[in-house]
Amino acid sequence: MARRQSAELDRKKLLADPVMVTTIVLLIAFLTLFILYPLAILLVDSFISEEQGITLSIFQRVMGLSNFRRAITNTLKVGFLVGIASALIGLLFAYVEVYVQLRTRFLGGLFKVVSMLPVVSPPFVLSLSMIMLFGKAGIITRFLLKIYDNSVYGFWGIVIVQTLTFFPVCYMMLKGLLKNIDPSLEEAARDMGASRFKVFMTVTLPLLLPGIGNAFLVTFIESIADFANPMIIGGSYDTLATTIYLQITGAYDKEGAAAMAVILLCITLVMFIVQKYYLEARSTATLTGKASRMRMLITDRSVTLPLTILCGALALFVIVMYVCVPFGALFRTWGYDFHLTTKWFQMVFTRYKGFKAFKDSFVLSLIASPITALLSMIISYLVVKRNFKAKGFIEAVSMLAMAVPGTVLGIGYIRGFSGGLFGTGILQGLYGTGAILVIVFIVRSLPTGTRSGISALRQIDKSIEESAYDMGADSFKVFMTVTLPLIKDSFLSGLVTAFVRSITAISAIILLVTPSYLLITVQINEFAEKGSYGIACAFATILIVITYGAVLLMNLVMKFFGTSRKLKEE
Amino acid sequence: MSKEKKGVRLDHISKIYQDPKTKKEFYAVQETTLEIEPGTFVTLLGPSGCGKTTTLRMIAGFESPDEGEIYLGGEPINALTPNKRDTAMVFQSYALLPHYNVFDNVAYGLKLRKLPKEEIRQKVTNILKLVELEGMEERMTNQLSGGQQQRVALARALVLEPGVLLFDEPLSNLDAKLRVVMRTEIRKIQQKVGITAIYVTHDQSEAMSISDKIIIMSKGKVEQIGSPREVYYRPNSKFVADFIGEANFLDAKVISAGDGRAVIEVNGEKMEVNNYIGRKAGENASLVLRPEAVTLSDAGHLPCTVILSTFMGSYQYYQVTVGGVTVQITDYNPVNKKIFEVGEKAYLDFDTNGVYIL
Repeated sequence: MARRQSAELDRKKLLADPVMVTTIVLLIAFLTLFILYPLAILLVDSFISEEQGITLSIFQRVMGLSNFRRAITNTLKVGFLVGIASALIGLLFAYVEVYVQLRTRFLGGLFKVVSMLPVVSPPFVLSLSMIMLFGKAGIITRFLLKIYDNSVYGFWGIVIVQTLTFFPVCYMMLKGLLKNIDPSLEEAARDMGASRFKVFMTVTLPLLLPGIGNAFLVTFIESIADFANPMIIGGSYDTLATTIYLQITGAYDKEGAAAMAVILLCITLVMFIVQKYYLEARSTATLTGKASRMRMLITDRSVTLPLTILCGALALFVIVMYVCVPFGALFRTWGYDFHLTTKWFQMVFTRYKGFKAFKDSFVLSLIASPITALLSMIISYLVVKRNFKAKGFIEAVSMLAMAVPGTVLGIGYIRGFSGGLFGTGILQGLYGTGAILVIVFIVRSLPTGTRSGISALRQIDKSIEESAYDMGADSFKVFMTVTLPLIKDSFLSGLVTAFVRSITAISAIILLVTPSYLLITVQINEFAEKGSYGIACAFATILIVITYGAVLLMNLVMKFFGTSRKLKEE
Repeated sequence: MSKEKKGVRLDHISKIYQDPKTKKEFYAVQETTLEIEPGTFVTLLGPSGCGKTTTLRMIAGFESPDEGEIYLGGEPINALTPNKRDTAMVFQSYALLPHYNVFDNVAYGLKLRKLPKEEIRQKVTNILKLVELEGMEERMTNQLSGGQQQRVALARALVLEPGVLLFDEPLSNLDAKLRVVMRTEIRKIQQKVGITAIYVTHDQSEAMSISDKIIIMSKGKVEQIGSPREVYYRPNSKFVADFIGEANFLDAKVISAGDGRAVIEVNGEKMEVNNYIGRKAGENASLVLRPEAVTLSDAGHLPCTVILSTFMGSYQYYQVTVGGVTVQITDYNPVNKKIFEVGEKAYLDFDTNGVYIL
């Protein structure tokens, strides 16, 4: 059939909108240059050597390294265990919150704090406190249990820390799914004579299974990509991310590191595709039923008591670990001298250029966050509301960024930009500047922002924008006067999320930062590795205060300027 | 209204879609040619999936036709984006801008046209008076009732003085009573300002009451175009007869035909009826009987047996079988008339000058 005319007309209509065309072109250029190109250069690096042309010899060489092979098994072992543990703990928390009558307000508050913590905390805080609580000089091991040579470094250290870091994400995901299960399904099963346990096993769990699988894979990917925790608490137990880092910073083996990065990328990519296209759709597809009415909460003490105690204890433990950090900065010598002191904080600012570190981190993140938020809103608008040829490309590449571990991106940037584009020297000026750090910040937070923007826009009736278009507004006007005001909340939270993610980022940044920029996270990592926990904790405490402040500010701004509140009241 | 009203012409328009599941392509609108006179109220009527909304969205510019050309006031507009077309649309969901109040919603299009502030205020005030929403300027749209939101949507489109006003099932979200009120209102306002209007609906009574001309569509094609009377009294297909109002069909054989009349044989009985579509002698045809055009009596045309008899207040509702076919009858104002009970034998009674074959 003759479909050509409509395609032709649609193209003409698109070209009649210069702002839109320019935006799309710039966006494609940005995504290609800063996401696709660095990854492509890794492939080039690892498959093409100067002497042999196209070759597998680089892969053969790195696979020949026993420490790299060990790193692969290590990473997968850790990721698998962390994925399972996080999904299970997340399920427990979600179930208790949605199904169980909580006796005290206190527990509800605990849950809220636990779900907030991973958002506001730098990625390696738990490693720090793990060492301080259970390490050689750990308060619990040394002073309570009188064990003087406990080692937290290695496999179990990483697993515990990562589980505690990532399970809140699973908890939030599964909570959303559980809330969507229509209570009458379970009531019907109960009515037909099933026990509560039977109902859970035959109704709730099967409905939730794809969702649990989804949570497991998301955590698995996060764990594999995690750099900071294995770095600090891994000891001699190397994972892929740390091995790659050492390969390039220690052994200066750029081709080898590139090949390793490609292998890491392949692993995360495969999992990401399974997660995104197989599990994500399924996890919600089974739960289309809207909860028709309130769920009867479980009040039976034999069920509620053990569940709440278990959750409460876990939540408290997590919170204690976070609280431990500021105290680490306030004690004179952790583990030996518990007199309070401000000397660590003073040292941060006097001897260790704390002001510069905070200023650099703060300013760069502050520049990156509005750009990220705006870009992600534009991408979501284009993906959800518009139809054009390159749409699939834009959507795919911005989602692809989600599957790229920071370390891989960092190596890609080193290889792709240190000698300019394709080694020609074009854009070489970018390398080593603050601009490239800002770009990395943007690329790293873009997928999260885009995802939230897309889900916000899907809620908005398509005809609202069409009506504005129909009344004479062009795409730019529609976006500025209709779309953006309607997703203001999503934009604001994207702004803060991008800021927090940027200021706490480390994995890609640590590979790209030059001595002219001091970043807080890099400082914390450095001091933690040296064993100067007092300084590291002081830096981390101030960082947590900044991020927490940003989140509070966002909530305040949303309360007064958010759109949804005004629109929701009827 | 100061600006000129425009006509719309669709010249062999087709739109092809792909079924998302089977990947098969199909015509949503096929080879449609239409001429809509300036200043008339035209309704696109048909069951869901007949292509009426697609046609409207092609005129507005949201969809691009795969074949043919659309003309607005004589100008081809295929390549124009919706914001450059002299059309304004009233959406099914109203699509009011939820972050603006009533005034700003109505003023939105005028502001885009960069009119002076005072003129905008004047125009908005006038149009709100026309749709009887004076004093509501400051309300947010979610503080309005469904009918009021509908009026804002109408005002917002009218204030732009478009060449053509487009309605996409605008009343389907209102309750039955309000629908009747609003459709009379829309018709009144359209006649007052004399604007060209194209109105999409699947509700045949809405179409009958509001339009100068009804375009009946089915499966992407135009079935019939005509005034409400024409499509009701002289449908040219069984689809139209059945879709507009109720219709009973009895199998008939044409004995002889000529000059708009035909002698037919139904259930062994011969009679002379209207033959608008020119059936020829020897052909098989259907005798169309509207339920309200038939009554029951002890002597008449065709013998039947009553299988259902229900008192509905304003009429007596019967179902009878005529030679194995069920026929529905609505006998209006049944007071003092003989009521036939289930199982009784009776005859169909109708005026052969008022019925026709298809």
